[in-house]
This record gives sequence, C-alpha cells and structure tokens, in this order.
Amino acid sequence: MTTVQDARSAPPSARTGTGRGRRRSRRLTSHDRITLTLMGGVPTLLTVGLVWLPALLSVALSFSSWPGIGGVSSIHWVGLENYRNIFTEYPQFPPAIEHNLLWLAVFFLLPAPFGLFLAVQLDKQIRFSRLYQSVLFLPVVLSLALIGFMTELIFSPTQGLINNLTGDTHQGNMIDWLGDPHLNIWAVLVMACWRQTGYVMILYLAGLKSVDPSLKEAAALDGANGWQAFQHVVWPALRSINVVVLVITVIESLRAFDIVYIINRGTDGLELLSVLVTDNIIGEASRIGFGSALATILLVISLAFIVPYLITIFRKDERE
Amino acid sequence: MTATTVHRPTSRPAPPVAAHRPRPARISRIALHAFLVGTCVIWLAPLIYAFYTALRPYDSTATRGYVSVGGPYNLSNFTTAWSQADLPRYFWNSMVITVPALVFTLLLASMVAFVVARYSFRINIALLLLFTAGNLLPQQAIITPLYKIYQLVPLPTWLAASGKLDDSFLGLILIHVAFQTGFCAFVMSNYMRTIPGELGEAALMDGASAWRQYWQIILPLCRPVLAALATLEFTWIYNDFFWATVLMQTGANRPITAALNNLTGEFFVNNNLISAASLIVAVPTLVVFFALQRQFVAGLTLGSSKG
Repeated sequence: MTTVQDARSAPPSARTGTGRGRRRSRRLTSHDRITLTLMGGVPTLLTVGLVWLPALLSVALSFSSWPGIGGVSSIHWVGLENYRNIFTEYPQFPPAIEHNLLWLAVFFLLPAPFGLFLAVQLDKQIRFSRLYQSVLFLPVVLSLALIGFMTELIFSPTQGLINNLTGDTHQGNMIDWLGDPHLNIWAVLVMACWRQTGYVMILYLAGLKSVDPSLKEAAALDGANGWQAFQHVVWPALRSINVVVLVITVIESLRAFDIVYIINRGTDGLELLSVLVTDNIIGEASRIGFGSALATILLVISLAFIVPYLITIFRKDERE
Repeated sequence: MTATTVHRPTSRPAPPVAAHRPRPARISRIALHAFLVGTCVIWLAPLIYAFYTALRPYDSTATRGYVSVGGPYNLSNFTTAWSQADLPRYFWNSMVITVPALVFTLLLASMVAFVVARYSFRINIALLLLFTAGNLLPQQAIITPLYKIYQLVPLPTWLAASGKLDDSFLGLILIHVAFQTGFCAFVMSNYMRTIPGELGEAALMDGASAWRQYWQIILPLCRPVLAALATLEFTWIYNDFFWATVLMQTGANRPITAALNNLTGEFFVNNNLISAASLIVAVPTLVVFFALQRQFVAGLTLGSSKG
C-alpha cells in the first residue's frame, strides 16, 4: 500500500483541470486567500531557504575559492579549477567513489533481495510471523550512529566479538577488522546491511499485503508452485514497491556517513563522498569552494535518480 | 502492521479459506521455521552481546575474555556511563531539539498538505515536487553553503548563546523542520485526498473559513496518519547524527546521538562502557519499537516513497 497507489486512487475531482479549481477559488474570501497563502507559503519559504537555496549555492560556489574565514567579499571565482583538482590530484576522491559504488552494489545485491525473500516468506500464513517480523525489523529503529558503535563492539580487534570468538586477540595473529583499509569497509557494510534488510523487508511486506489474495489463490488452484506464483502473480504486483526500494537503496548509499564517521572519521579505507564534503567544512582548513564542488557531484548523482523517480510518481498522478 | 491500518478502509475479499489450498509439505514448513529462527538469532546477536558485555565489569572481561561466562554481573557500567558522562544533560538537549522540531514539522506539513490536497491550485504538483525532492537529497549535498549561511545569520544572544544560527538549538530545529516537512507533506496530502470533498464543501456552505476547515474538520480526521508520522519523525530526528555534528560545535549542547561520539574516548574507554552507553542512548528508540511499532511501520510504509 504505497503513496503511489494512493495518488492514483485519489478522487479524480482533485485534478480534473481548472474548471473546478476556478469555481472553488472564486468562492474563497480574501481572508481565506491570505490564510491559504500563508499556510502554503511559510513552509515553502523554509524549505526553499534552507534546502534548495543551499543546493543551488553548492553549484554556484563550486566555481569559487572561498577560505573558511572571511565574509562574502573574500570569494573569488576560479572556474572549473575545483573540479580539475578533485579529478586529478585529490587522493581521497577515487577511493570515496569506489566505496560509494561498493556500498550501492552491496545494498542492491544483499539487503534488497534478502529483504524481499524474507517478506515473501513472512507473508505466508505461518505461525509466529509477527514475532519474526519484529525481530528482523528491530535494527531499523536504531540510529546509524549507534550501529557505528555496535560495529566497534563486534569488530574491534582486541575487545570485539568476532576476534574473541576465534581467539585471535593478540598482536601478531589478530585480524584488524577496523584498521585494515581493505577489510574495514566490509565490516561496516555487514552492519549497514543488518539495518537495511529490515527496512526493505517492511516495505515489501506492505506491498505484498496489497497483492490480491484471490490471485495467489487462483494461481495455486491452477497448480502453480511457489516460484511460479511469485514470478507471475506477486512480482508484477510489486512494481511500484520495487521503484521505492531502488530509490531508497540509492539514496541510503549516497547518504551513508554516520557509521564510518564514528569508526575513524571516514579515513583509511572508509572514505565516502559524504565524508569528503564534511571534511572540507569542519576540517582545520575549511575550503568552501572545493567542498561545494564535491557536494555538487553528490547532488548531480542523487538528482539523476530522484528526478526520474518523481516524474514517474507524479505523471501517474496526473494521468489518472 | 501495514499502512492499511491508517488508510481509508479498502474493501478487499476475505482471506482465502485454508481448505482450498493444497496442504504445504510439513517438512518445508519446518525448514522455513528453522531458517527464520536462525536468521532472528543472528539478527539479535549484536544487541544481546552488547547487553551481556554491558552487564560485566571491565576487569572481569579483561581477565576472562569477552566471550566467556562467569565473574560478577551488575549494572555498574550503566550507572557509571549515566553519571560520569552527564548523560541526562544530553538527553535534555535531544528533547529540546526533537520536540519542537517534531511539532513544527507536523504542523507545517499538514498545512501544506491541506492547501495542496483540498484546493486545486495549479502550482500544487510543483509545490509537492519541490518538497518531496528536497527531502530526498543527501544532507551533505547542501551542508557547505548551509553552514556558511548559518554562520552569517546573527541571532540575539537571548535566543542563542553563540549569537548566530550556527551552533544554536534554533538552527538545528529549523533544518530538521525544513528537511522533514517534505516527506510529511507528501504523505499527508495523499491521505487528505482520500477524505471526501463533501466534508469541506458542507463546512464551506456553513460559512466556515479555510482555517476552520483545516483545524476543526480535516486535521482531526488525520489523527492516525499524524500518529504514524510523529512516531517516525521522532525516531529520525532523535537519531540524527549529521546535522548535530556539523551545525552544533559546542559539545555540551549536542543531542545525545551526536554527543556519544565525543564522549567515547574521553569517558567511555572500554567496550563495556560503550555497550552500556549505547544501550542507554537506544532506550527511546527501543520504546518506540516496543510500544509504537505499529505506528512506526505505518509511517514508513505510508510514505514508502521516502528515500
């Protein structure tokens, strides 16, 4: 049951053109007009001022050099220099892109299908389904920062659960899960997947509830086995949820920040785009122009996914 | 469990009668349960381990190892974490930020949703797009200019000790409201559109103003969706780490989720204390999990367009 469907099933009167709208607005008193403008306007101003204006400024400032101290007058324009520096001589950039892509690939290959699998199993009428659901969903309420601490509890080389289980906690034979730049991203990803799987599962469970049970019933009567029923009945009905899960997977991978920042501030194998942006503002020498260029790259990648997604939702909405 | 609980009632055929269905093989049912139990055990392991570790004094784990049984079990790690690092203070900071942010988010979102859903102004779709897209952006894509803006906006010192929007509670509240309003507005406008138009029309005939329609007719009908969103937003705002880390430099004013990072290393020097502190910080979200799970899930799935 998604908003996508909601939007579709909304009464047609809500958007059948201007006729009705005009009729209504004529009935509005000037007092109502002011009320409605304020009700829509105040939140819009806040969102435009604190979200969209900074987003546009990120793009504008990415062509500038602006040291952290000093007012607006100390900005000077440098063209594409920031981008050139990022792509040619910023050693953290390639690993950051690599880790963001790895994050995305792992989220796409593990929690998404596993979450779907769990949802399909739990949607069957089995006993204790609610209990299983609750347990698997538990990490979703925890903050990502907290999951960063849990990562330390489990993977810390001397005090962590894994190395204590295997008995390798002494110098020489221990595996440094969090310090080794080739290993630590995987430790982090394990814990990130722990949370993401429950999230995806809940979304799919809601989607599965909206699959008409009589269809599944009919498929079963026709002798379809579990997999066939899933392939031909359930999967097609999940289309809108699939889009939602895809967008969440992408956005969550781009937003990833908290866990790595807790562990080592996103260095030595844990670089991410989000961390680089942050480092360029709150580091010792904040470089606003350079940080903005990194933010713009992040912005462009996210918009490449957000825009088609929103067009799909709202076009569907318009059409019907 | 599903959004349907907060949804307009959908008429749906009754669940199929079990007798129609070919009886599932017993073996595969058992295998499925075994698999699910196994998965759940793995899922709970990190939390159980954290709790177990928190119950044991550091000396005991140092001599016996972390994976061991025996030695004293007590709550001393919890009491030490609580008092030594002054956790009540950070909890208070969290409340000072979360509660106003939550109230204003829901208020503003419901107002936008009301305008968008109940009046067919031509800008509606554009407005909703603006809000929804804004909410999907990664925070880091806007933080750099936002940080500079926050530094340049002065505030009277009675409002913020820092004298500017940066490093103030107000600044954090505002960005939460600005960022979260989009998601809530989207969910609420979809919900409001399912409320029959006649309700508002009738009130209009009686001469009710737009504000009265909103406040006395529509908003009370939105109680279920408000409850769902309040639960979800409380958790999200409480769980915020990024905004507080960047926009609140004064460590003593940080909300608890972000403060924990500074306190580690200074006060929480071993995994036993970190476990205890982490679990204390998780308490409000665990309360949500145990008491308000239905609302949380409803909020999440109602707006499954959320990124």
